[in-house]
Amino acid sequence: MSLRGKTAVAGVYEHPTRYAPHLTQYQIMAESACGALEDAGLSFADVDGLCTAGVGPIGVIALANHLNLRPSYLDSTNLGGSSFVAHVTHASAAIAAGLCNVALVLYGSTAASDRFAVGTGGTGAFGDPPDAYEAPYGPTVVGNYAMAAMRHMHEYGTTAEQLAEIAVTTRRHASLNPAAKFHDPITIEDVLASRVVSSPLHLLDCCMISDGGGALVVTSAERARDAKKKPAYLLGAAEAVRHTGIGRENVLEVAAAQSGPKAMAMAGIRHSDVDLRMIYDSFTITVLLTLENLGFCARGEGGAFVSGGRLAFDGPCPTNTDGGGLSSNHPGMRGIFLVIEAVKQLRGEAGARQVKKCAVALCHGTGGVISRRHSGATLILGSSR
Amino acid sequence: MARKDYKKPLPHLDEENRWFWEACARHELVLQKCASCKTPRFYPRAVCPECASSQTEYVRASGRGTIYTFTVTHQNQAPGFRDELPYVMAYVELDEGPRILTNIINTPPDAVRIGLPVEVVFEDIDEALAIPKFQRTP
Repeated sequence: MSLRGKTAVAGVYEHPTRYAPHLTQYQIMAESACGALEDAGLSFADVDGLCTAGVGPIGVIALANHLNLRPSYLDSTNLGGSSFVAHVTHASAAIAAGLCNVALVLYGSTAASDRFAVGTGGTGAFGDPPDAYEAPYGPTVVGNYAMAAMRHMHEYGTTAEQLAEIAVTTRRHASLNPAAKFHDPITIEDVLASRVVSSPLHLLDCCMISDGGGALVVTSAERARDAKKKPAYLLGAAEAVRHTGIGRENVLEVAAAQSGPKAMAMAGIRHSDVDLRMIYDSFTITVLLTLENLGFCARGEGGAFVSGGRLAFDGPCPTNTDGGGLSSNHPGMRGIFLVIEAVKQLRGEAGARQVKKCAVALCHGTGGVISRRHSGATLILGSSR
Repeated sequence: MARKDYKKPLPHLDEENRWFWEACARHELVLQKCASCKTPRFYPRAVCPECASSQTEYVRASGRGTIYTFTVTHQNQAPGFRDELPYVMAYVELDEGPRILTNIINTPPDAVRIGLPVEVVFEDIDEALAIPKFQRTP
């Protein structure tokens, strides 16, 4: 049984906050839940599935408590930033199997007001066996992505200017998104002039840390047809991980190489059918590697592929039209925003940054750390089944 | 330096990795090789993921390799590291095959490049623990 066309995202809500010392994480999730249910024309009484990540170890139970929900399907799978993309798949499988009917996917974080230095402040240790061989060496998140960027430059001649193109185009999109954190245009020179955080990545190659959150309502395709807004049907989905294996992994091969083709096969689409790419942009190199590994261009050709503003919403390969983690928001795990923007674009609700013809959107979340261990979750949504 | 004064994270020793760190304390870099399928593996673990054998050979590595990739870290707020900025983190591809995460020390960051030959050097924490790092081969 394929999940293709069985379910849809019927409601979305992106919390407008970017800095919220006056809000709690659970408050952000509750407000987002209300927003997405309103968007879908449903209420808390309809919800019988609940998915979240980034709360405490069994925080999904506390979240049900906070919202006074009694769901029959619970999922707090934590794959890092890709979690909420995977939750759409998990909820869809549960709905298709009859385990629940309406699932809420929730995310909230006050990373910025908590002054949590996600990318550069941790010990690099998560309490897992490989830590012993990594944490002593100061592996920041940005440092590990930087090592992938360094290798890409070495193998393929990719330049800092080409990586900067991604930041520049993404900022242009943010300037067209009233909710985005940063609106002022930047140039390639601005990116290269920003300080080096971990070579070869500059400050403007890195996502921000903001507060924020969001919600998705996932339900059956049948039920979604009666929803307030146009459904975004699930066409394809898959997950994968990449890690250091037994010590011989290619740091330039990311999880998208496995999940992308599998999701596209489920959807029965080719690359040329994809109108919008929503790619996790923790760093510029994340976008470049993901596009290559998804097969939008050949390995090593990512630098040329992203150059000349080709990723712009009005260009040949619209990508990250909301302004991404680089310029709109990044509360630590931003996968949910990939889905929210994809749904808005498929509905034609994206305002000044609307992609002209948007019928198929591919979201790819990356969680964890490329060049150490990371997950990938691909989700393909379409405006028709 | 006494262990209590060392601010960076130290490895948590357990039954699966203790032998590796005891070898490091003797300034020996020791790798595992499956006794059944002969596949070398890093990081250390009890069961061979290739063939599921628990029979393991231990091979002393030459300690030589080349830099596979690296980064010069200019920002890290974590204790220990913030006092040593910038520092070089790298994957070193050992002559025996596996790649290991490490720091390149005793080498100017500007001199570090992919392909640079390096050799292991042990940073002693105390008589029971040393951390393997690498430096440019003279």
